[in-house]
Amino acid sequence: MTTVDDLKRRVADLLAAYPPESTPRQDFLDARFDAGLAWIHFPEGLGGLSAPRSLQSVVDKELAAAGAPDNDKRRIGIGLGMAAPTILAFGTPEQHQRFLRPLWTEREVWCQLFSEPGAGSDLAALGTRAVRDGDDWVVTGQKVWTSGAHKSQWAILVTRTDPDVPKHRGMTYFLCDMTAPGVEVRPLRQITGEAEFNEVFLSEVRIPDAHRLGAVGEGWKVAQTTLMNERVAIGGTEFPRDGGMVGVVAETWRERPELRTSELHDRLLKLWVEGESLRLVSSRLRQQLAAGAPGPEGSAVKVAFSELNQAASGLEIELLGDEGLRYDDWTMRRPDGVNFLGREAGYRYLRAKGNSIEGGTSEILRNIIAERVLGLPSEPRIDKDVAWKDLPR
Amino acid sequence: MTDLLYSEVEEDLRASVRALFSDRAEPAALIARTETAEPYDLKLWRTLAADLGAAGLAVPEALGGHGASAREVAVVMEELGRSVAPVPYLGSAVLATSALLAADTSQAEVAETLGKLAAGTLIGALAVPLSAAPGAEFPSTVAAAADGTVSGRVRSVADASVAELIVVPAVGPDGPGLYTVDASAAGVTVAEAISLDLTRRIADVTLEKVAAKRVAGPSVAASALDTALVTAAGLLASEQLGIAEWALTETVRYLKERYQFGRQVGSFQSLKHRLANLYTDLINARATARYAADCLASGDDIAIAVAVAQARNSPIAVHAAEEAIQLHGGIGMTWEHPAHLYLKRAKSDEIAFGTPGRHRAALAPLIDLPA
Repeated sequence: MTTVDDLKRRVADLLAAYPPESTPRQDFLDARFDAGLAWIHFPEGLGGLSAPRSLQSVVDKELAAAGAPDNDKRRIGIGLGMAAPTILAFGTPEQHQRFLRPLWTEREVWCQLFSEPGAGSDLAALGTRAVRDGDDWVVTGQKVWTSGAHKSQWAILVTRTDPDVPKHRGMTYFLCDMTAPGVEVRPLRQITGEAEFNEVFLSEVRIPDAHRLGAVGEGWKVAQTTLMNERVAIGGTEFPRDGGMVGVVAETWRERPELRTSELHDRLLKLWVEGESLRLVSSRLRQQLAAGAPGPEGSAVKVAFSELNQAASGLEIELLGDEGLRYDDWTMRRPDGVNFLGREAGYRYLRAKGNSIEGGTSEILRNIIAERVLGLPSEPRIDKDVAWKDLPR
Repeated sequence: MTDLLYSEVEEDLRASVRALFSDRAEPAALIARTETAEPYDLKLWRTLAADLGAAGLAVPEALGGHGASAREVAVVMEELGRSVAPVPYLGSAVLATSALLAADTSQAEVAETLGKLAAGTLIGALAVPLSAAPGAEFPSTVAAAADGTVSGRVRSVADASVAELIVVPAVGPDGPGLYTVDASAAGVTVAEAISLDLTRRIADVTLEKVAAKRVAGPSVAASALDTALVTAAGLLASEQLGIAEWALTETVRYLKERYQFGRQVGSFQSLKHRLANLYTDLINARATARYAADCLASGDDIAIAVAVAQARNSPIAVHAAEEAIQLHGGIGMTWEHPAHLYLKRAKSDEIAFGTPGRHRAALAPLIDLPA
């Protein structure tokens, strides 16, 4: 059993062998991974120590205090939050060795090739085909809403491998090299003016069978692991009291007394209270995870955060009055990631509209809560026992 | 570090209290009891308070209690919300007990009284309106005379009609004080009001030159009263959580049972989404209630934690009870279905110890968001 003292000693050893002030960032990250101090709940040899997840903060705090460099969690969020736990759960030992280290050390950035023009909320309807050809699979289709595809080396990809069985059964999951011939990434400009998302066209892309994750036809099951981790990653994010989008409006309120009205005051206080209670829900979720019993709260927290961000960013524009009529910059750009705080109020308002769509729409998440948490029956379905190729689309 | 989960001991306590209530506070019996001469179930109270030890949880062992904390009391409050059992737990084990714990417990009179309250052999009440909020001015409706008697009137006192001992905030010649009076003493009149909440009654207490014992003088009376109100407000958030949990659980159960248009009603997406929203409210209510209880236990961050919990959980409990009635359809409007007991409790709780708007206003200066 790993103890706090044990971890502190390991951190001290790492810092002694690789002094942050004289070690290049990338070398330090490599060494940290090899010392098992990257994600301590992962197995030994894969960046971890099979230690309780709750102790990760001990390592992070010690390293931060020593001024050690860290990986940019925002830049590699999809890899960390979605690809890594899925690869760990379903990957072969070879895949573990090949992919986890460069993923964590930020040498390889990941994106997620799930949604398609005809398969968003109904992900299992997807039509990107993968056909076996010797030791390879040949993949053709179109994906959409792919954050960061333009800066990614690898993607997690779900495809259709058997159109003759019902839709959930004919899918297979792959790890796709984004630099392979036939992968084309086109920016997709959004309401904010920038292109943080992409369309990805796959034209006879060859993927070796060694890069298949899980069994043929088991893609839906593997994808569920990714999606569940996605929601936990969103819901379990740690932020301070008075932080997040509500914190931004609160700061404007404090600095600009001339903008205050009594109506906006009560609305702001309501949102502040909601933000604080969501902070506590997230904290509870992390404590449950640390205690080894993940709660079903993840989906609900995501829904609530979306609504709170939208309400807070809408309030911010109202509070700003005349200034709320202006926008900071409509230039088409391709940012490294979402940075709500790096832009002005109009950007926050528009970008927050995506919160209730990305990572599962609020409507789908409410269905998930109702059916999987509360045990309510599903709507009658016409697509359950029909071969994918016979479904209307 | 703040612990927002439940310990094993707390879960065991919950199981005992829940088993007692589901056995002895069954909805049909509760509804029938509301129209009898005995709206409170004092046999159930003795079992809860004395046999399960629930009345003395927050009282130190040296004073005859169990030396637990607000965290454990909060678990009992959750179950109280879930069952709306008609017992004077809030008035006696929370309000009167907290006020005396915050007074001078080295006084023999205080220690002895706390011992009886903790043992469940004495039922107490605190003579403030149920709507009294933390941070309000010390009440001046009762005056203490130089001869040690108290006189005045306090309206809408929770659980007063079954109280045997009343803790009275009164202003004497030298300033605010807390006094105890025997409810059966000469000059005490307790007139039960017709309460919106059928399972937690309010009564008007009139005192005419009643012999009283002073248990806190000017230096501590105001802070002791405020401690009692803050504690009660923070713990009420757990009762509100229990109400919301009952509403969600029962509504889900009903919507799985009931068929319309050839389908289980619970399979309609529009209704499922409303229940998913209730679930989201519920996990918020649980997190804020747990945080408030943990802060009351540790002494840290109490003011913000309690204001947040009350501002958040009051509307959640009311909304959950309202949704339960709507989604039960016609049966939800009837006297025979218990949903109305929960709505009445939820709506009364919304006013108790300060409305949500008042708690938001109290929060504003604490978080530097001035009007």
